[in-house]
Amino acid sequence: MNTLKDKTLLALILVFTSVLTVFGNADSTSKKKSFDASSFILHHVLDAHDWHILGEGENSIHLPLPIILLDRGLQVFSSNKFSVAHSEHGHDYAVTEDGLYAIFHEKIYRTIDGQLTFDEEGHPTEAHATPLDFSITRNVASMFLTTALLLWLFIGAARAYQKTGINSAPKGKQSFLEPLVLFVRDEIAIPNIGEKKYMKYMPYLLTVFFFIWINNLLGLVPFFPGGSNLTGNIAFTICLSVFTLYMTIYSANKNYWSHIFMPPVPKALYFIMIPIEIVGIFTKPFALMIRLFANMTAGHIVVLSFICIIFIKESAAWAGLSIPMALFISILELLVAALQAFIFTLLSALFIGSAIEEHHH
Amino acid sequence: MELVTPGLGLIFWTSLTFFFLMIILKKFAWKPILTAVKTREDNIEKALSSAKEAEEKMQQLTSQNEQILREAREERDIILKEARAAKDSIVGEAKNTAKNEAAKIMEDAKKSIENEKLKAITELKNQVAALSIEISEKILGSELSDKNKQQALMNTLVEDVTLN
Repeated sequence: MNTLKDKTLLALILVFTSVLTVFGNADSTSKKKSFDASSFILHHVLDAHDWHILGEGENSIHLPLPIILLDRGLQVFSSNKFSVAHSEHGHDYAVTEDGLYAIFHEKIYRTIDGQLTFDEEGHPTEAHATPLDFSITRNVASMFLTTALLLWLFIGAARAYQKTGINSAPKGKQSFLEPLVLFVRDEIAIPNIGEKKYMKYMPYLLTVFFFIWINNLLGLVPFFPGGSNLTGNIAFTICLSVFTLYMTIYSANKNYWSHIFMPPVPKALYFIMIPIEIVGIFTKPFALMIRLFANMTAGHIVVLSFICIIFIKESAAWAGLSIPMALFISILELLVAALQAFIFTLLSALFIGSAIEEHHH
Repeated sequence: MELVTPGLGLIFWTSLTFFFLMIILKKFAWKPILTAVKTREDNIEKALSSAKEAEEKMQQLTSQNEQILREAREERDIILKEARAAKDSIVGEAKNTAKNEAAKIMEDAKKSIENEKLKAITELKNQVAALSIEISEKILGSELSDKNKQQALMNTLVEDVTLN
């Protein structure tokens, strides 16, 4: 009972700390100019080339991250190098010390004479080349953190099985992770793929489930090293859904292809049905991609929006409304984090299951 | 628009990370964990089934014991009955033998008594005969001494013979 109370208290403290962090950040912004909630939220939801920890402007604390560019060979330097601030027609951008590259709205351009020139719509002109950007961004760093966490958790748990054998009850990490692993096996893999073939797909399903779930949770932590909206980034969800698409096509049997190229309809309808079935192969993983991206991004946006009410109204009294609401959404997001990981894994298993299903009518 | 424009870098790093994470976890985590869990489940199933088997065996044994006990009891009853019958027959036989013996002894006694009696009677008869002869001699002696008497006697004797 006491531990439960302690945990609740801890959760509350975490949430309030996060609120105060945002409060501090935005407060200093509102002094300078009127608070722009949409750009503030977008900045938090999108990727970044350095990891903002605390504070604003000159006094802010950042964790510099490596910038990796494919431009006339491999260019690797720290994000600290973007130290020369420029401002042109209200567009703030930073240029490297050597004046070769500039960063504007988290996009890296090659400078012309150490400067960026802008067109009428406020974008840098076509004359600026955009090098291929393989930087370790905030999202990538956060993903590495999750990866390390997963390796530590599961390799540790697997070691425990090898050390204590199967004769003792699961302990520690094991006792927490085993029910989850069994959940993925018994509730996701076996019912959708079948008793005979599920083992082959277990590594993918387990990895995808825990990768999404832990990344979701880390994204909900409102302070360093959490808060990156990795699972709400379309690039991330594209990768995972392409993996699912690949797994589906790779394991598809004759029965699956015959359903697509010889659907059980009159031959006269083939010219409609076959294109529909072919599009269907891609819409399934596409829906996976959109679902995860939209759910996670929406969660982040809603929480931040509630916090932003305080700064839009410029009155701390609004905290009485916005903080309980943000807290409510944050707790809801804990559920959504697990739910989205579950749905992604479940649907992946379902797609794979339908691709290897044996013919029966 | 920026929100739905996938960044090339993130695609690259995600694919790479996820792929290697899956390979590493497959080898070092999922396989050992799933194998261990499977083995444990099999063990539990085996233990349960063997427990059930043992219970069945136990039940069988108990019923077997009861059977043996029942048989033993029946056998004991039979043996007791036989013993009782044997006792009865032995006692009866002994009684019979004793009775027969007693009867034989009685008969023997009776026979010897009869014999003695006969002997005594014979002896008495002999003595009586001897005495009668002696008396007859004496009478005859006196009778034959006189002629008349002799004749009378002769007549009587003849009469007797004819009568016979």
